[in-house]
Amino acid sequence: MSDKPNTGTTRRGFLAASAATGSALVANAAHAQTPDPMITEVQEWASGLGVGVDDAPYGLPIRFESDVIRRNVEWLTADVISSINFTPIHALDGTITPQGCAFERHHSGAIELSKDDYRLMINGLVDTPLVFTYADLERFPRVTRTCFLECAANSGMEWAGAQLNGSQFTHGMIHNMEYTGVTLRTLLEEAGVQPIANWLFVEGADASSNGRSIPMEKALDDCMIAFKANGEALRMEHGYPVRLIVPGWEGNLWVKWLRRMEATDAPVESREETSKYTDTMANGTSRKFTWVMDAKSVVTAPSPQMPITHGHGPLVITGLAWSGRGAVTGVDVSTDGGKTWMPARLAAPGQDMALTRFYYDHNWQGEEMLLQSRATDSTGYVQPTKSQLRAVRGLNSVYHNNAIQTWWIKSNGEAENVEVS
Amino acid sequence: MSKFLNITLAATVLLSTPIYAQTFGLGRAALPEEIAAWNRDVRPDGVGLPAGSGDALTGEGVFEAKCAACHGDFAEGIGNWPKLAGGMGTLNRQDPLKTVGSYWPHLSTAWDYINRSMPFGAAQTLEPDEVYATLAYILYSNNLIEDDFVLSNENLASFELPNAGGFFMDDRDTTELAAFSQPACMENCKDSVEITMHATILDVTPNDTTDDGPVEAVVTEAAAEVVAEPAAAEPAVEAAAADPALIAEGEKVFKKCSACHQVGDTAKNRVGPVLNGMINRTAGTVDGFKYSADMVAAGTGGMIWDDATLHAFLEKPRAVVAKTKMAFAGLRKVEDRDAVIAYLATFAE
Repeated sequence: MSDKPNTGTTRRGFLAASAATGSALVANAAHAQTPDPMITEVQEWASGLGVGVDDAPYGLPIRFESDVIRRNVEWLTADVISSINFTPIHALDGTITPQGCAFERHHSGAIELSKDDYRLMINGLVDTPLVFTYADLERFPRVTRTCFLECAANSGMEWAGAQLNGSQFTHGMIHNMEYTGVTLRTLLEEAGVQPIANWLFVEGADASSNGRSIPMEKALDDCMIAFKANGEALRMEHGYPVRLIVPGWEGNLWVKWLRRMEATDAPVESREETSKYTDTMANGTSRKFTWVMDAKSVVTAPSPQMPITHGHGPLVITGLAWSGRGAVTGVDVSTDGGKTWMPARLAAPGQDMALTRFYYDHNWQGEEMLLQSRATDSTGYVQPTKSQLRAVRGLNSVYHNNAIQTWWIKSNGEAENVEVS
Repeated sequence: MSKFLNITLAATVLLSTPIYAQTFGLGRAALPEEIAAWNRDVRPDGVGLPAGSGDALTGEGVFEAKCAACHGDFAEGIGNWPKLAGGMGTLNRQDPLKTVGSYWPHLSTAWDYINRSMPFGAAQTLEPDEVYATLAYILYSNNLIEDDFVLSNENLASFELPNAGGFFMDDRDTTELAAFSQPACMENCKDSVEITMHATILDVTPNDTTDDGPVEAVVTEAAAEVVAEPAAAEPAVEAAAADPALIAEGEKVFKKCSACHQVGDTAKNRVGPVLNGMINRTAGTVDGFKYSADMVAAGTGGMIWDDATLHAFLEKPRAVVAKTKMAFAGLRKVEDRDAVIAYLATFAE
């Protein structure tokens, strides 16, 4: 068995892998011709010793998985500081995104801010403007909840047409974590929000500040601050020590290194909610405050980075579905580009504003497929096609592309990002 | 606000909140000085603007010194960096050009952003007058004011940008929701399906690093480079370069520089020149980089990037080369400069 990392994530790697496995694509080996030395010979690991418990006090994935990493697209942004990378969703399963490969988006780089140096201020239209230390925040009643965070620009490069070849790049501006922290309602009530305050302006401690205005109704409804994700402290790149959680709404609102919340009677109309994160229609006017992430799904495998290498027969088609309006109640899969649809199996019932994993068990006989998935949420919203979206929004939009994605699976198992009629 | 009013308002909140608002007595009252230090956001109605003013001519100087390296001398943007001027009349065309002049609805937003988050890598270093002047220059670059116009806290809120009326509240619930909430079709949903576009034709997907061998090997190579290169450094910095902790610290500091500069085998000139083989190089001599006239003159005059010159330049670039293109404000701490110089010394030509 090779100890090299999987090279099947590119066309070249895929072709090399196909060549190596020879006839595997043509027929399944129902009967072994010769005894398998992995079984008949005593392997080194079955005889010698492994590493000790002091080898990795904080463990990283085994080296065979070294290609399951965040990747960026260099041409997208001017530099890597104010930039974005992508979660390797093609290679993950289940619903929880490990922090170490959950995508990052920074506007002035990820900053190193210690718990000791951390302060959170609440000011504006409150009875008592307050300052909290990190230690203060840990003393409030605590909540834990799982949410997806999707960047409004996820799939944005696909508006004009099929561009990037891989679900990591087309849909990887998303992650899903279990957060622990304190509700904003608890914190805001501590300061005493005045009734005329119908907006909350939130900003981070980094140079970009990334200030955003959130309706107070949403803030008091289900927003929270988080200091833990997936059970451990937030990573620096996700806002250590404290970030904002805005369930179901665009990722840009989830301010990292949260340092200030100001109760106001009007939105600030900051850079991130006027010049960016607004959606220009065909006639040149633009929607603003488009916060909710609509229902969406994608087949994560097979996909361009995850070609079929195992030959005909049983094939697991899997993917992710989510909705900022509620829970995913169903996902349908099409193998013929949307002519016919079959219900997929949900790994678990959908949860509000969290990722749902789906599976579709298929018997693949080498036929070409135009593979699609379509999510439906608890409000009855059905994920639209790209043509449906373009009919309303035109071609100049960037954000909030929740259209159905198509992978063309070829008879040799290779996959490509395509657009269909 | 009187204490009495405070109590009344608190009572109102309690009454208007359906759930009993329990408080925990955590945190402390924010001091006025603290609120003043952080409460800097500016709203479209001008609330939050400090007193001050500036005109385009003054702004041109600030812009050239602190903004033009990324945004271009005329706010036209360099490479992928944001264009701040132009684009009028393009919003309803394919690939609209969205600038302060063509797209932004409020001048307060630009003031707020420049004041709070610019220049890139030296945020919160501009004086209010500099912010007014810079913004006036951006307006001038957009042909929105004459060169004698003075922008100030008095007239900023009433200045109307061309696209002020170009925005409307999210209307997906009325324009999309009904159409996208129809029962999902399961059979015979289309007569035919054709592929209309292929991602591979554009071919813009990044190459996988595994194409060039295991990631592990790449990391090892990079580590070897850091260990191996100090020997090539000049004596002036050799002692510093021998300290791996200092080099590691320098690598961290260099993140501030990496917005504009690259180092290593694959480095290319970006906003700033490649910094391989910097130590003891003559100033302004990296191939293919378009330096300011001042930097070229400094090199012609014999300026060498030795330890002392690097320290002086990195502390306050413009004190050494008056009109350098480098917009960076400088590294105030001597430890940071030591570290970044040690780090740079590990990259030979």
